[in-house]
Amino acid sequence: MSIRIEDISYYYERDTAMQVCALDHISAEIPDDQFIGLIGHTGSGKSTLIQTLNGLLKVTEGHIYYNGEDIDGKDFDRKALRAQVGMVFQYPEHQLFEADVLSDVMFGPKNLGLSAEECKARAEEALRMVGLEERYYGLSPFDLSGGQKRRAAIAGVLAMRPKVLILDEPTAGLDPKGRQEILDLIAGMQKSTHMTVILVSHSMDDVARYADRIMVMAGGRLLMYDAPQAIFERSEELEAVGLAAPQIIYALKKIREAGIPVATSALTVEEAAAEVLRAVRKSGKKAKAARRQVHV
Amino acid sequence: MFNSITLGQYYQTDSVLHRLDPRIKVVATFLYLVSLFVANSVAGYLVSALFLAAMIALSNVPVRYILRGMKTIALLLVITMLFNLFLTPGDVLFQLGPLKASKEGLILACKMGVRLSMLILGSSLMTLTTTPTRLTDAMETLMRPLRRFRVPVHEIAMMMSIALRFIPILMEETDKIMKAQIARGADFEDRNIMKRIRSMVPLLVPLFISAFRRANDLALAMEARCYRGGDGRTKMKPLKYEGRDHAAYAVLFGYLALCIALRFVKGMLPGFLGI
Repeated sequence: MSIRIEDISYYYERDTAMQVCALDHISAEIPDDQFIGLIGHTGSGKSTLIQTLNGLLKVTEGHIYYNGEDIDGKDFDRKALRAQVGMVFQYPEHQLFEADVLSDVMFGPKNLGLSAEECKARAEEALRMVGLEERYYGLSPFDLSGGQKRRAAIAGVLAMRPKVLILDEPTAGLDPKGRQEILDLIAGMQKSTHMTVILVSHSMDDVARYADRIMVMAGGRLLMYDAPQAIFERSEELEAVGLAAPQIIYALKKIREAGIPVATSALTVEEAAAEVLRAVRKSGKKAKAARRQVHV
Repeated sequence: MFNSITLGQYYQTDSVLHRLDPRIKVVATFLYLVSLFVANSVAGYLVSALFLAAMIALSNVPVRYILRGMKTIALLLVITMLFNLFLTPGDVLFQLGPLKASKEGLILACKMGVRLSMLILGSSLMTLTTTPTRLTDAMETLMRPLRRFRVPVHEIAMMMSIALRFIPILMEETDKIMKAQIARGADFEDRNIMKRIRSMVPLLVPLFISAFRRANDLALAMEARCYRGGDGRTKMKPLKYEGRDHAAYAVLFGYLALCIALRFVKGMLPGFLGI
């Protein structure tokens, strides 16, 4: 179940004075069971790219192959593709419309033509996955809190049992606790169901912790596509396109400049703390003075 | 999904028409519509068409872009023309079942088609070259005398500008929600009309909710800025006529005079011009 992107381009308002090239000759391969972070500044083309992946936008040039089949091919079943490649848009809670949470989550499976019992079973399973308890099922989606609404909306996509789940800034507008919860939830789901997750974000800190590989987009081009450590090594290039490595990498670099030989490949605060302790213990006495510096 | 609707949208570019005072554009559009109904001969329509062509040329808006807006109302145009063609009594040209197409009907249908197209092109040229804000500014100024009759001119203008401002936002919103529901397997293109109507629910409910939410936010923001209607309100950029606006008025009245003159000399025009 892989997605292969071959030299695709996409233009908005083609052949008018307002023509904009949103995607500029992008090629990439997304294998199975991966957590991919898609990073880019506003207007870098990341939202356009994900919309081409499940056929909501038709590429102007190039081809996208899903399991080896061209998704723009004549007899390709795009409806089936959309069931397999689930898409959670930005502020997904704005798409809720049913009278109660359970029916809303059942909307997707119903469109797949499944039986009522199967729809209900899938909806309940999805709601369990996002951690919404049974007492919420009968409530109007509009009576939920912001974070709960978002979970319900994500469940609405999960209920279709997608093989690939694309999330466009799923943490936008949430408080730090809510962000962490949603991200942990997504990462946990990826591990347990082995689906491919593509997480769009403009925050490196969000993505660094979970992603197996990171795509960096700028000006409609795919600038980098690599493991997180390799990407953050190139922090100068990231800064040139208005992005940055996670804060913790900069902190580690500062520490190294201060004379403590730490590796700067840590991705999370916990890893960094362990790395600093290791380096400090290793260099013993000499580091004692430096440790004081760090604490300052 | 809504890229095809260019009718009534502003087209960003620089031209004499864009720089004109919006008031003259509103007056000119109104008088142009009147002139289309003053015309009663081929010569009259020709003059109107030439005037419109000249204005389009002056506007710097690509002709293709303007014509694309016509696509939306093409069907309406065709139906109107067919009605005129078949329902006007006169010399029968040909017959389709019980329907008789007459020579008078054909002439009337052509005139009607031309008149309607120019009407729409003319008024869309105004919106293409004027930003919604300037347009409502002009409306407000032009309607100011009505305040004497207790017409809430400022409030009407404000509602208009808000409504216009929100059209693109709601379109974008519709597009977004539609995509989100398509991604959940919704089908907005079902052939079955009942199913199609029902498929609108997942689109309309979120759209209405978001419209209300936006209206609420906007009202709050306006109140936070102490908005309290039009009394004593001044403008950051008051409208002021300049040289080119006076020239534009001269051209406009010249054109109107020509149209009226042509109406009275219809019988004296040579050949087909007098039809």
